[in-house]
Amino acid sequence: MRAPPAVELINVEKRFGDTVAVHPTDLVIEQGEFFSLLGPSGCGKTTTLRMIAGFEQPTTGRILMTGQDVTGLPTHRRESNMVFQNYALFPHLSVFENVAFGLRVRRFDKKIIEGRVEATLAAVRLLGLAKRKPSQLSGGQQQRVALARALTLNPSVLLLDEPLGALDQKLRKEMQLELKRLQREVGITFIYVTHDQEEALTMSDRIAVMNGGRMLQVDDGATLYDRPSTRFVADFIGTSNFLTGRVTESAGDTTVIEVPFVGAVTATGLGPVAVGGDVTLMIRPERLRFGAPAPGDNSARGRVEDVVFVGNDILYLVAVDQTITLTVRGRNLGAEARTGISRGEDHQVSWPSDATTVVGA
Amino acid sequence: MTRGLLRWYYLLLLLLLYLPLGMLLLFSINEGTSLSFPLRGVTFDWYRSMFDNGQLLGAVGNSALVASGAATAATILGTCASLAITRFDFRGKGVFLLAALLPLVVPFIILGVSLLILFSALGVSRSLWTVAAGHTVVALPFAMLVMMARLVGFPRSVEEAARDLGASYFYTLRRVIVPMVAPAMLAAWLVAFTVSVDEFVIASFTVGRDPTLPVYIFGQLRFANRFPQVVALSTLTMLVSIGLVVLAERLRRSGPGEAKAA
Repeated sequence: MRAPPAVELINVEKRFGDTVAVHPTDLVIEQGEFFSLLGPSGCGKTTTLRMIAGFEQPTTGRILMTGQDVTGLPTHRRESNMVFQNYALFPHLSVFENVAFGLRVRRFDKKIIEGRVEATLAAVRLLGLAKRKPSQLSGGQQQRVALARALTLNPSVLLLDEPLGALDQKLRKEMQLELKRLQREVGITFIYVTHDQEEALTMSDRIAVMNGGRMLQVDDGATLYDRPSTRFVADFIGTSNFLTGRVTESAGDTTVIEVPFVGAVTATGLGPVAVGGDVTLMIRPERLRFGAPAPGDNSARGRVEDVVFVGNDILYLVAVDQTITLTVRGRNLGAEARTGISRGEDHQVSWPSDATTVVGA
Repeated sequence: MTRGLLRWYYLLLLLLLYLPLGMLLLFSINEGTSLSFPLRGVTFDWYRSMFDNGQLLGAVGNSALVASGAATAATILGTCASLAITRFDFRGKGVFLLAALLPLVVPFIILGVSLLILFSALGVSRSLWTVAAGHTVVALPFAMLVMMARLVGFPRSVEEAARDLGASYFYTLRRVIVPMVAPAMLAAWLVAFTVSVDEFVIASFTVGRDPTLPVYIFGQLRFANRFPQVVALSTLTMLVSIGLVVLAERLRRSGPGEAKAA
């Protein structure tokens, strides 16, 4: 028999007075998954997390944890633990006592507490700092204490609310990889809230992109990036070129869209699309390249308006028409390669048909 | 121009506030027994004689007892009330807050009379207990103002973290909230203590045979030859009160728990 999902939301809705924070949502998070809730601020991701934690109760719907209905249960009776945005450490307690807090609540034997706290501190690489107070630690260390405190109880689900938000960029990257490592080691389901798409892509097995209280798409990172289902998702994750046109042909795997000033554009790998409808197409800038199309590929002609040097990459802005500008992302392969395309020149831009995705009307 | 004017205004204000206190200090070390210039010479006899006065020391003891009791009761009640107001929503919250803070604006003489009526109606004979009860009422709003200010700034997520780790509300209160707000509670206690030590009107209505310090001082005003001693006593009381308030303010401002976001 398959293990029950770590967390299951069934038609969960949350209202605060007249405003709907989370529209009715169904979601299944499997055991051992690293799952992220991604979206701009106010999209309902934190509210969703707080409902799973038990800090908020859904207005309607049910929440299951490892198959058990936990709807209505308060926080301290759920098998999940949370890592808070600003750590929320107990300032009057030492690192050891912070981590031991949950074990003390449960009146564990002193020996067991010592063993478990030390093991957890070792897992987050904080051994030797046990006697310090939180105020004597750096931001990164405080973050690890918060993590250790939530992990000592061996929760079946760990909830993380933008835990790296207060750290600087470099430390964030380090902690991202470390969190991923930790999650693999302990095998606990992680539910991670973030507004940083790169962070979500780096760590997650699957990501739910949220906006306006709705889950727009739930998929793995590659699918979200390559095949976003809506324009919002395409825009939120990575950068995109958008074209609008009308579907003229749709047979099996192949769809042809007539785009003004560009011509017929072929898209493959999509489901059936209604012929005659207006659609928006999305192409990632790095899938575009200069030169004639290979057989079956798409192409457009335009004038290079600008060349932007961004370090590892170079961005070329190609105006196909007054209303259509395509961004082409090329690797920076050295001074020689950079001289190829200059501002003001006319060039042909081409891209494969499977790099074209329909992101809605 | 405006700045200069403001400065003079401020100096005048300070003078009006502190001149009487300065006079008190001055006459407490004046050799003469009448409160008039010219001064006769410096002496500490008045201070010394205080310690030979058994009645006076008894009044100091009574005041300390009453103030400790009232401050403890006001701090505990004030902390509970502040928790209720800052953490929970309930019907009649506004009325509750208003009722608790009302002693700040009700004239003490009215409070004193009503307490007197209440105690005699209940058949409670007047003693230090009745004074302490009255002082608890007037010290409560001060304790509450200190505690509410602290609890409003108290990070909610710390409480949630404790709950999330399995702690009941009372466990969280005992092991997290109270230790974190302990400095503020001590500040509230000191403020309440000062309020009680200095209070005369309510004490004079509710006191029994054992006088508190202000009641004793007032009683001594009839005897001209003891007057300088009363002045010395008042000076000491004032200095202790100022010291306590300064200490309370320090405590209120320090204290851990302003969770530092790194």
